[in-house]
Amino acid sequence: MTPTITDQTRITMAHGAGGRAMRSLIESVFIEAFGSTELARMEDQARLDMARLAAQGDRLAFTTDSYVIDPLEFPGGNVGTLAVNGTLNDLAVGGARPLYLSCAFIIEEGLEVALLRRVVHAMRDAAQEAGVSIVTGDTKVVPHGKGDKLFINTSGIGVIPKGIEVAASRCQPGDRIIVSGTLGDHGAAILQARGDLALDAELRSDCRSLHGLIELMLDQCPEIRAMRDATRGGVAAILHEFAEASGCAVRLFEDQLPVKPEVRGVCEILGLDALHFANEGKLVAVVPAAQADGLVARMQQHPAGLDACIIGEILDGPGGRVQVRTLMGGERLLDLPVGEMLPRIC
Amino acid sequence: MKYVDEFRDPALARQLLDRIASLMNSPALHTRAPIRIMEVCGGHTHSIFRYGLEALLPEGIELIHGPGCPVCVLPRERVDDCLAIAAEPGVIFTTFGDAMRVPGSEQSLQQARAAGADIHMVYSPLDALQIARENPDRRVVFFGLGFETTMPSTALTLQQAAREGVGNFFLLCHHITIVPTLQALLDDEDVRVDAFIGPGHVSMVIGLEPYDFIAREYGKPFIISGFEPLDILQSIQMLLEQLNSGQAEVENQYTRVVSRSGNPQAQQAVAEVFELRERFAWRGLGEIEHSGVRLKPAYAAFDAERVFALESRQADDPVDCHCGEVLKGQLQPQQCPLFGTYCTPSNPMGALMVSSEGACAACYQYKRTDVS
Repeated sequence: MTPTITDQTRITMAHGAGGRAMRSLIESVFIEAFGSTELARMEDQARLDMARLAAQGDRLAFTTDSYVIDPLEFPGGNVGTLAVNGTLNDLAVGGARPLYLSCAFIIEEGLEVALLRRVVHAMRDAAQEAGVSIVTGDTKVVPHGKGDKLFINTSGIGVIPKGIEVAASRCQPGDRIIVSGTLGDHGAAILQARGDLALDAELRSDCRSLHGLIELMLDQCPEIRAMRDATRGGVAAILHEFAEASGCAVRLFEDQLPVKPEVRGVCEILGLDALHFANEGKLVAVVPAAQADGLVARMQQHPAGLDACIIGEILDGPGGRVQVRTLMGGERLLDLPVGEMLPRIC
Repeated sequence: MKYVDEFRDPALARQLLDRIASLMNSPALHTRAPIRIMEVCGGHTHSIFRYGLEALLPEGIELIHGPGCPVCVLPRERVDDCLAIAAEPGVIFTTFGDAMRVPGSEQSLQQARAAGADIHMVYSPLDALQIARENPDRRVVFFGLGFETTMPSTALTLQQAAREGVGNFFLLCHHITIVPTLQALLDDEDVRVDAFIGPGHVSMVIGLEPYDFIAREYGKPFIISGFEPLDILQSIQMLLEQLNSGQAEVENQYTRVVSRSGNPQAQQAVAEVFELRERFAWRGLGEIEHSGVRLKPAYAAFDAERVFALESRQADDPVDCHCGEVLKGQLQPQQCPLFGTYCTPSNPMGALMVSSEGACAACYQYKRTDVS
C-alpha cells in the first residue's frame, strides 16, 4: 500500500529511496502542484517541440542556478519563489523569452511536508505568473545533518529573438546606467529574517520575475547594450562585470541611488553599503545616452520598474574601474567586498 | 533620513570648505603648512575615505589616520589566544564580526571556523550571554574588544551574568583605552601632529575632561567630532580657527551626542567591573602603560584569562610590515612596500588592512590610485 503523505509527514530516507514512498511524494506534492503534461508523463526526460522553439527566435538560452537560503521562508517569498524567478531572470536579462524550467530538490531528512508544499506552491505560482512550464525534476533525500533542510536547483531554457544582442562587452563610453528600482531590499530582508538584529523594520524581499519588464524595455530600446539582474554581490558586482568585460570605467552618482529608508537604516546601523546587498527583482541596464530618459519613463509604467532611474555613466577608462561621485562631490572607488560582509564594531 | 541627511548636505559642505580654504590662506596658517591633523578614530577614517573628503580639502592639510580602530591594533598573539580558547573542547567562542578576519600567527577566526571551531558572530555581548543561557553544558566565551565605546555594554553584561549566576559565561577581555595611547604618541618625537579630531563615541562615555592635558600641556587643539561628512569638515574648520588664533583647547563639535561629563552610568558600570592593566600590547605601537583594562578580582570567575590556561607568547609582525609607522603618521598607506601587493584586504599582512576602518583597507577600498 502506498504510504499517505499529509502536511504533518516528515521526509524520511524512504522518500528518496526510489520505492513507493518516493512515488507517493512525487505524485502528491510535485505533480499535484506543477501538473505539466511533460512532468506527468514521468519519463526520464522532458521532450520539447523544436518547431515551437524555432518559431520564437534564432538562439536558445540555457542557464542553471542553485538556491540555498536561510531562512527558507522570509517576507516577500521563499526559496521556491527565488528558485523560479532567479532562473527566469537569468534567462531574461540575456534578452531571452523563458519557456521551460527543470527543478531538482535535495531534501534533508526531517523536513515537514507542509513546508515543502508551501515552497512547491510558490514555485507553481511564480511559474504560472511567468507563463513557463516546469517540465522535469528530481528528488534526493540526504540524512539528517548532511544538508540544510532544502536545496533547490533549477535550470531554464528560453529563446532569444533574432536581432537582440545584449552583452556586457558592448558598453561604450557615454552610455547611461539604469537600475530598475530600489537597491538592497532582498539582502536587508534576509538579514532581518535571520533574527540576529532584533530590528523592527518593514523589510520585504523584492523577489519577482523581470522578463515582462525586459520585454517592454527591448521593445522600446532594442539597442540596450548590457543587462544583468543584480543578485548576489549586488549592483556593485554587476558594475565590476560590465567594467571588466567592456574595458571601460563606470561612474555612479551617489545622490541618484534609490534606496528605501528602512534599508538605509539597516546599512547605517551595520556600516554596510546597499550597493553590495543582494536583490532578487532588480536589473541593471546600460543604454545609449540618447535613449536613457525615454526608456526610464517607459520602465516606470511597469510594476517591476516603478522606481527605475539613471544611476551612472560609462567612462572611457581606465578599464575595470568602478568609481562613485559622492554626495559631497568627492570621488572614490567602489570595490568588491573581500568575502562575507562583516558589520563594524562602532 | 532624519539625523543623517542633515549632516550630508553638499551646500553646507561647500560653505565649510570655503571657510577652510580662506583660513588656510591666512598668513598664520599659510606659512605653517602643511597642517597635520590626526583623526584618532577609525570611524572618522572610514568617513573621510567613504565621502572622498581628502580630495575636497585645500592643499596644505594633511590627514593622519590614527590608532583608534580596535581591530587594527589587535596583536597577532591575542588572536592566537582566541584560537586556543576556541579549540578547547565544549567551547562556543563569540565575537564581533570585525575580529573574524584579523590574522593570527597562523590562522584567523574565520579560517578556524571553516576548519570546524564553534565560533559565532554576535552583535552585542548580551547575545553571547543568551547563547550561554541556552547552552548550559557548553562554555561560552565572549571576546570583548573595543575602546570605552563598547566597554559599558560588556560591563553591564557581566553584571547581568553575575546577578543571574550564569556559570558558563566567560570574557576574554581586550578592552583598551585611548587616552594613554594619545599621550604615548605625543611623547614620541617621530610623531608630528598639529591638532586632533577627537573620538566621538568614546567621548560620549568618558566626556571631555580626560583630553584637557592635550590642549594644556602639549598645546594641541582637540575637537571631539561626529562621524558624518559635515561633522568632520566642521571639526577641521574649528581646529584651523584655533590654530589661526594661536589657541589650544578641547572643544566639542559632537554636541548632539557628547556632553562635557560623558555618561555617568556607563562610567560607573565600567569602574565596577574593570581595572587598569599595568601595560598592554598594541599592534604596531608596542606596549603602552595603563592602556588596557582587565576584570576586577570580584569578577575573576568570568575571566577567560584565568579560566583557560593561555600560553604567553610573542608573535611578531612580518618583517616588512609598516603598520606602526602608518599608525603614527610617518608613512601614508600607499608608501608601505607591501600595500596592494603582498598586503590586500583579501590577504592582509597587517591589521590596518583588515577592518574597513583601518587606514590601509580604507585607502585600498576607496582610493587605490587617485581617482580623477
